[in-house]
Amino acid sequence: MADTESEITLLVDGVRRSLAVDNRVTLLDALRDRLGVTSPKKGCDHGQCGACTVLLDGRRVTTCLTFAVACDGAEVTTSAGLATDGRLHPLHQAFLDHDGFQCGYCTPGQICSAAGLLDEAGAGWPSAVTADVRTAPALDEEEIRERMSGNLCRCGAYVNIVAAISEVAAKAEPAP
Amino acid sequence: MTGLLRPRSIGANRQRVDGPAKVTGTAPYAYEHPVPNPAYLHPVQATIARGDITDMRTDEAVGLDGVLAVLTPFDAPRLETGQDAELEILQSPEVHFRGQLIGAVVAETPEIARQAAGLVRVSYARRDHDVSLSADRSDLYRPDEVNAGGETDTRQGDPDGAFAGAARAVDATYTTPMYHNNPMEPHTTVASWDSTGLTIYDSTQGVHTMRQVVASTFGIEESDIRVVAPYVGGGFGSKGTPHANIVLTVLAAKRMAGRPVKYALTRQQMFSFVGYRTPTIQRVRLGADEHGRLVSLSNHVVEQTSRIKEYAEQSCEPARKMYAAPNRGTSHRLAPLDVPVPSWMRAPGECPGMFAPEVAMDELAQACDLDPIELRVRNEPETDPASGLPFSSRNLVACLREGARRFGWAGRPALARSTLEGGWWVGTGVASSAYPVHQSPGSSTATVRFTADRRYEVRIGAVDIGTGAWTALTQIAADALDVPFEDVDLRIGDTGLPAAAVAGGSSGITNWGWAIVEAARAFREKFGAGPSPGDERTATQPENPHTERFAMSAYGAQFAEVRVDTDTGEVRVPRLLGVFAAGRIVNPRTARSQFVGGMTMGLSMALHEESVTDERFGFVVNHDLAEYHIAACADVRSVEAHWLDEHDPYVNPMGTKGIGEIGIVGTAAAIANAAYHATGVRVRDLPITADKFL
Ligand code: FES
Ligand code: FES
Repeated sequence: MADTESEITLLVDGVRRSLAVDNRVTLLDALRDRLGVTSPKKGCDHGQCGACTVLLDGRRVTTCLTFAVACDGAEVTTSAGLATDGRLHPLHQAFLDHDGFQCGYCTPGQICSAAGLLDEAGAGWPSAVTADVRTAPALDEEEIRERMSGNLCRCGAYVNIVAAISEVAAKAEPAP
Repeated sequence: MTGLLRPRSIGANRQRVDGPAKVTGTAPYAYEHPVPNPAYLHPVQATIARGDITDMRTDEAVGLDGVLAVLTPFDAPRLETGQDAELEILQSPEVHFRGQLIGAVVAETPEIARQAAGLVRVSYARRDHDVSLSADRSDLYRPDEVNAGGETDTRQGDPDGAFAGAARAVDATYTTPMYHNNPMEPHTTVASWDSTGLTIYDSTQGVHTMRQVVASTFGIEESDIRVVAPYVGGGFGSKGTPHANIVLTVLAAKRMAGRPVKYALTRQQMFSFVGYRTPTIQRVRLGADEHGRLVSLSNHVVEQTSRIKEYAEQSCEPARKMYAAPNRGTSHRLAPLDVPVPSWMRAPGECPGMFAPEVAMDELAQACDLDPIELRVRNEPETDPASGLPFSSRNLVACLREGARRFGWAGRPALARSTLEGGWWVGTGVASSAYPVHQSPGSSTATVRFTADRRYEVRIGAVDIGTGAWTALTQIAADALDVPFEDVDLRIGDTGLPAAAVAGGSSGITNWGWAIVEAARAFREKFGAGPSPGDERTATQPENPHTERFAMSAYGAQFAEVRVDTDTGEVRVPRLLGVFAAGRIVNPRTARSQFVGGMTMGLSMALHEESVTDERFGFVVNHDLAEYHIAACADVRSVEAHWLDEHDPYVNPMGTKGIGEIGIVGTAAAIANAAYHATGVRVRDLPITADKFL
């Protein structure tokens, strides 16, 4: 192997995949070009749109800003992988119910981002609009909009995206 | 009358049939179709705005391990020339704009292709370039016609004389900047050209349009080309006409003789050669009597085009038809510049051309001391001011009234700068909206086939760019065949299917839907209610006899609430509300998304978007999504779209008018008018940024 290449192993949507990558290859290109995993999309390649978002070891990242070689041994979950045994994830269903997309190109990234957001808020992480950072933030629409603003949607589905995530967040919260 | 379909599936709130594949990310967009052993293309772009390439040194690039081919203007395969200068790349050493495609590297991996493209050394003989648009250039010229075939200039009565004698007047210049469409999916082509022919997976708004252009550019038969596009990640016009990237990819595929070549644009490249909306400079003059009735209305527009290919945005269209006025003048003038070719962007003409007159109407309302809705109602025409024809239906006033009711317009302070809440100036504004019913008779053909498993297969080469066509066309087919939605299998997005018009001009449902209705009717006529497997019928969308008799357009009213921070000038839009009269709505769920999406793009236009040209070098400096700001989730609060039940038997058998573009028309004017009402500061130059209030 050339010294500009590395052998890595990824667990992608539950499947172990080993491959040699050019050290310059981003995780996004490794998934799309090398492994044929095309659920994450490329919208900008510069961390500016969020279309390439996946859960990397459970946290949302933009895979276009992540080198594949730095991810050896990592677990990658794409929007496709959020569906288990052919059953849609509640976020998938909420996006369908609220029509939280049009062309669908930003959508897998929106959904991975939303899944990450729910975990982050559940763990008590504040955002820039959280009034009191000492208490667990309630996921109201303003919090969701702030936390989803790394995911652009040129089709302008934001109001429906926020409605979809609000619905899932409300169900996830323990009854008062 | 066209005999409107009885709606059963039409009107039902349907989940998108392509929805599950899209939310999971398994719906294949152009780049994602598996092809064997692909090679990857990275382009070489001109770094001067005008001149000639004197030399291209490719030896370093060629020597890089993994490079398969390098194309330059000196050795690229020849194209048919003299048809479309935008597409005739690599045929001569001339450079017409910065960023022009002048070469390509094809390699085993995208990384190698990109590295090698950076190793190509280009020498130029530079010439002075000119990319500066202004209204006082001496070389402005009058195009023969404007986009969509409209007239360049119009004149009714004596607009100047009537203006001079008007009791109330507005005379102001408004500008809209350059915009880039920026669909989320970058333009992408995957092409393979082997002995069986040329196969292209493309991110396009029209597979048949693309095929026809590739055939004529490469001098080959359409029957040797297949273009496939089942899913497209937005287009907004920029994928409606073929751009040079498809030619470059096919040139490379020809060179690679059988090996597929993939080329997805970078976001930066999308600011160079896939179209944009021209900046506009609009001089609007409104003259009215003391009751606010227009006596004179004019808009004279200056825009840019490229020197190599003319594109004239039809920005005067709204001024020609929105309001009654006995004296009227409109004109388009173009500045020919060393810039990329402008092209379609969502509601070309109508969108920028509604901004200036609708802000001017707000200024006239103020001058007449009238409510802005009342002013518009007083100027409602009885027949189409442009053609003199009666309207097939026109419910602008009803939209304004219904919008006012829903928005809570009553009781609005008449004076600007009169509401201050917690450090924010608060105001509301309104603007009218309209979008014509476009149709292209004969452009679209559909086949209905009864299959062995007793289902109805409906085949048409339409494309769903996010509009919901997959779902809406299935609904139309179900009603046309009088069967349940679930019994219809739609096939679209492939030139292997019957030819169809491009997804543009908000005319997809009109053109494709009508073809499907014709095919379904022919099918039932021939085979009745009990067809046998294998039965099929094909039919083409006919002429509409009513287009000569009626003016046809959708209308709407846009309402906005704006808040402006008293200290910083920060502008927020907490509320947008639109009411539309656009004929029958096929699918309320996807239709609402179309309207709301258009309004959201209108908000983005109003507050954020502006492509900034560096005139020294001739390119857009803010050429990415960090610097060219499009509305993000936090920018968008409440956006509501409503519609009136509108029955129009003349437009087409579905009774639809087209809804893809009207949502963006008028939105920016409503926001500008609300910003004025909040602050007393009249912004006539978009975007409405904080500095305008300080
Ligand atoms: S592609 Fe990664 S953020 Fe845009
Ligand atoms: S759905 Fe098209 S960009 Fe979001």
